[in-house]
Amino acid sequence: MLSKSEIFKKGFLAVAPHMLSVIPFGIICGAIGVEMGFNPYLVYAMSIIIFGGASQIVFLQLISAGASSFIAVASVGIINSRHLLYGAVLSEYLEKLTLLKKLIISYFIVDQGFAESNKYFKKNKDQKNIHYHLLGTGITLWICWQISTILGIILGSFIPDELGLKFAVPLTFIAILVSELRKVDHVIVILVSGISSLLFFEAPLKSYIIISPIIALFAASLVLRFKK
Amino acid sequence: MTWLSVIVAGILTYITRMTMITLVDRRVLGAKLRQVLGYVPSAVFPAIIFPAIFFNDYGNLIELTDPKIYGALFAIVVGYLSRNIIATIFSGLISYWLIIFLI
Repeated sequence: MLSKSEIFKKGFLAVAPHMLSVIPFGIICGAIGVEMGFNPYLVYAMSIIIFGGASQIVFLQLISAGASSFIAVASVGIINSRHLLYGAVLSEYLEKLTLLKKLIISYFIVDQGFAESNKYFKKNKDQKNIHYHLLGTGITLWICWQISTILGIILGSFIPDELGLKFAVPLTFIAILVSELRKVDHVIVILVSGISSLLFFEAPLKSYIIISPIIALFAASLVLRFKK
Repeated sequence: MTWLSVIVAGILTYITRMTMITLVDRRVLGAKLRQVLGYVPSAVFPAIIFPAIFFNDYGNLIELTDPKIYGALFAIVVGYLSRNIIATIFSGLISYWLIIFLI
């Protein structure tokens, strides 16, 4: 029987390798926010208030490109809707917690933490206090994310414009998607979304960022039908 | 105004995190919807990638000789082969810088 702190430590160790990707991502997020001319406090506050890397970058990019707040907020919602899926999967293991504990633990659910803790939960279903694993992964990633965005904000003010750091944004998202490039169904969805975004780029209020994912998700549901 | 939207975006994000965990019946999310949600990253991120590469700062389509295209292609190849996030980002950046500064 493992103690709470031992389970927490297992969570920490499970996400430790992910720091290698989370830290540069956080640095890019902070640096880009400052480069785009945002208030550094705002750029940092996003890491606490939103705490979702990809959506933070998209939000900054859209606002700096002149999108309305509504579009920027809505795209954060769409990007982060994947948490619904994580929650649905994790809820089975968190059922016995009190409401307050559920509310607190929810804040720490992120991609890499979900991936690692879900693996642990599957194997250790019957153990007590397994939610400490999710706290271990989540809090570790949270601290990593806070420190790296601050680092990025500080570095961002030194990075010269000529380097075109903005190009790091599409590269970061390419990096997130590379693991999907081997799956044909995902490649179809990726191409549909990408091509739609070019076609609808001129749509008012930067709405291409909402229109394209909706078209692509529709394509995904068609793909799912064919897969059966 | 931007502060307010950050706060709203934060609340919205928190709702996506806690809804399914605190909800009494998680089965409201049907199997079909769950499968579609699995495609969200592939449906959202290309809408950021493609315009960021193919349009310039003024919203015009770039030419085929633009270094961004080659940086991105290089990153995709490295990413596909290595499946490593950092290698992907840095190979793209470095090839982009090499083209800009050397050619």
